[in-house]
Amino acid sequence: MNLTLKIWRQSGPDDQGGIHTYQVSGISPDMSFLEMLDVLNEQLNEKGEEPIAFDSDCREGICGMCSLMINGEAHGPEVTTTCQLHMRSFTDGDTITIEPWRAEPFPVIKDLVVDRGAFDRIIQAGGFISAITGSAPEANSVPAPRDKAMRAFNVATCIGCGGCVAACPNGSASLFLGAKITHLGELPQGQPERWTRVVDMVGQHDHEGFGGCTNIGECAAACPKEIPLDVISQLNKDLRTALKMGL
Amino acid sequence: MAGSTLHDGLTPLNDPSEQKSDDANGYYTLGDKLVDPKAPTGPIKDRWTTRKFENRLVNPANRRKLDVIIVGTGLAGGAAAATLGEAGYNVKSFCYQDSPRRAHSIAAQGGINAAKNYKEDGDSTFRLFYDTVKGGDYRSRESNVYRLAEVSANIIDQCVAQGVPFARDYGGLLDNRSFGGVQVSRTFYARGQTGQQLLIGAYQAMERQVAAGTVESFTRHEMLELIVVDGKARGIIARDMVSGEIETHLADVVVLATGGYGNVFFLSTNAMGSNVTAAWRAHRKGAYMANPCYTQIHPTCIPVSGEHQSKLTLMSESLRNDGRIWVPKKAEDCEKDPRDIPEEDRDYYLERIYPSFGNLVPRDIASRQAKNMCDEGRGVGPKVGDFRRGVYLDLGDAIKRLGKDAIEEKYDNLLDMYERITGENPYEMPMRIYPAVHYVMGGLWVDYHLQSNIEGLFVSGEANFSDHGANRLGASALMQGLADGYFVLPNTIREYLADGPFDKIDESHEAVVEAKKQVEERISKFLSINGTRSADSYHKELGNIMWEYCGMERTEDGLRKAIDLIRELKADFWTNLKVLGSADTLNQSLERAGRVIDFIELGELMCIDALNRRESCGGHFRGESQTEDGEALRHDDEFAYVAAWEWGAENGPVLHKEDLIYTAIEMKQRSYK
Repeated sequence: MNLTLKIWRQSGPDDQGGIHTYQVSGISPDMSFLEMLDVLNEQLNEKGEEPIAFDSDCREGICGMCSLMINGEAHGPEVTTTCQLHMRSFTDGDTITIEPWRAEPFPVIKDLVVDRGAFDRIIQAGGFISAITGSAPEANSVPAPRDKAMRAFNVATCIGCGGCVAACPNGSASLFLGAKITHLGELPQGQPERWTRVVDMVGQHDHEGFGGCTNIGECAAACPKEIPLDVISQLNKDLRTALKMGL
Repeated sequence: MAGSTLHDGLTPLNDPSEQKSDDANGYYTLGDKLVDPKAPTGPIKDRWTTRKFENRLVNPANRRKLDVIIVGTGLAGGAAAATLGEAGYNVKSFCYQDSPRRAHSIAAQGGINAAKNYKEDGDSTFRLFYDTVKGGDYRSRESNVYRLAEVSANIIDQCVAQGVPFARDYGGLLDNRSFGGVQVSRTFYARGQTGQQLLIGAYQAMERQVAAGTVESFTRHEMLELIVVDGKARGIIARDMVSGEIETHLADVVVLATGGYGNVFFLSTNAMGSNVTAAWRAHRKGAYMANPCYTQIHPTCIPVSGEHQSKLTLMSESLRNDGRIWVPKKAEDCEKDPRDIPEEDRDYYLERIYPSFGNLVPRDIASRQAKNMCDEGRGVGPKVGDFRRGVYLDLGDAIKRLGKDAIEEKYDNLLDMYERITGENPYEMPMRIYPAVHYVMGGLWVDYHLQSNIEGLFVSGEANFSDHGANRLGASALMQGLADGYFVLPNTIREYLADGPFDKIDESHEAVVEAKKQVEERISKFLSINGTRSADSYHKELGNIMWEYCGMERTEDGLRKAIDLIRELKADFWTNLKVLGSADTLNQSLERAGRVIDFIELGELMCIDALNRRESCGGHFRGESQTEDGEALRHDDEFAYVAAWEWGAENGPVLHKEDLIYTAIEMKQRSYK
């Protein structure tokens, strides 16, 4: 395959940045999208041009490190992470536009790399169950109904990639937030801190500069782990309950 | 399984071995024997309990005056940061990723072992201990393994309390499955994402401590040097990967929880960034590297599809519970659609050769047999070079027996991932699998307290060598990482810190200045060579050498050749490397250059270790040491020792042997037939 790539380049946080155009050839449909970028970077290195910075680590769709807006879609045209997107999803001769996540709380560090530290700070605000090491009761002493445990698991699959924020027209992290609220809120162990958790996490979310949910659903459509939109309903419900309790 | 006799641990059951062969003669010097200074004695079942009591306590008021550096935020590092933070120590945590939650523990799929015996199927601490020692082919340290089995049950309790959503049965209790190499169901799992769920649990516990102010988290930071003052580890030099700033961080104790070095093979199931640099820098500062050649090749990975491949993806071997592995009986069938090959023309070779364990034989056996089938010309899938490198893993029978829904519920995400990568639907078409490098049992040498031979340097998780011997059982990596992080380190570090806080040092100390200077000089060297080759191209070439000569089968001639090739590669690297960009910004080419040269040096040591060990054990298979049936043949009389290598710079490494003396389990030649 031969492709034209229009890629965002930005030398640092203070640089204005802009789109640069590159050609790549000899791309196999079995390559992953990031392997295609590896090929481009090897070519750039040979030519004496600095390679393009982009994030990736596990390259098997689970660590959440890779990002990229591809032709305006978070993680590209398939429901998966960028690292699991393969070139067979594109056609010979295509022009592909590649940009970093766009959201104020995710500032660009360089080229396609952004700072997602805001997500860690949201977790710090309350995205945990306080269980001091060594104090845990026997694991089977607290049964968890299977349907609730299943729902908890299904939303705990969130990889914290930030694709939901990048896809959202209002830069909201409500899907990320709702996934954690639902995961911990469905389990018996998560009950003692349930109501303070939601208030604290939402507060941090807003403080970081993420927008409110605007009911568009782009987040769930873009989510590589298919976190369902109803976690945002759960989030709002828990928040309402907590506020009623005067928290 | 007859003969699972256990002894009380009070009497040695074997003599120290005496090595007669000397294949690596000329490549190394023999140093003094090594003895674990913290080795416990007494009945095996009491050793850890006694030691925890003997270890001194640190007054809670003093803990906040003690600084702990933890490098790595996977299960071993994240769990330790959370626990030591809770205890009130002053913790600094470092990771090269943009968040602690990305560490590669996250990619573990299948599960975590624990001796809970919830299935009442005969499991116990003793059995988990026995299975782990046996699975490791009698090359691990008995006391460490017993402790691992002993704390395993608490790990599950801890994780459940944190909200880890393990699989449950209809009554709401925890479910288990059996896993490669064992006959009891002791594996806890969260569909095919167990590592992710356990890591998120540890990550959240750690972030809670960040909020509490006991843990300071440094992301996008890479450790590039260890600071040693008067024989004690006192800090690290790290590079802020965003600003490029070279930072000094000082502490009373340093923990390396930096994972394994499987990426020395370039293609492996490790993350792209997984590297040996922290461990290797410590090695060059005096820490011994133990059994570096012990590599685990995982039998069930997605085969290589072409030259461009940047990494390999594992399919959890839990699939071996329901999948049957086969190749065509006749080489001419290898190009056919597998669905058109009738039952009588399929060779279910693991079931044929190992009737009692069948598809559940340990990883090294499953891997080597897959290679044998392909070497015989019966491999399947596209040709890579002259051979087809793949065998079928067929879920067909299980789908018929249990229904598609049941299989989907168990393996959903794995099967999706397979389809995503290969473009083939595993519900309709047998999957193709092939072995790939997955885990290393070797690592920095540690004593029973997980302290290296450098005082104050502790090493946990995959980065140390201690628990898995020459081969690790499935679902035991997660167990070890969390055992070390939650339960072992917090109890052994306090013994060390009871003597602290140590004399204050500052950045003007000559050891600190020197370490920082070394880092800066290396970085400017990388940028100034200005040759023609990228760091990646060296990495790929190294990987090819390692896979060819130090992979699934190793021979004397091959290893000698590999050492020569690696030395040539190293010389070329220092004269022909090309790194663009500058040091004072995010520069991924520069990061890679530093990691690749450390891998090159490590690769040479791995080959020397493999050359010296003229026996086959676990994941280390020497062509010269096999039975008539082609099975691995150990030589306990010569090699029942840990090979701990000291950095010897230009003079070559120095070998220190630690004898493995068993007191609870008798060494036996493994048999899974």
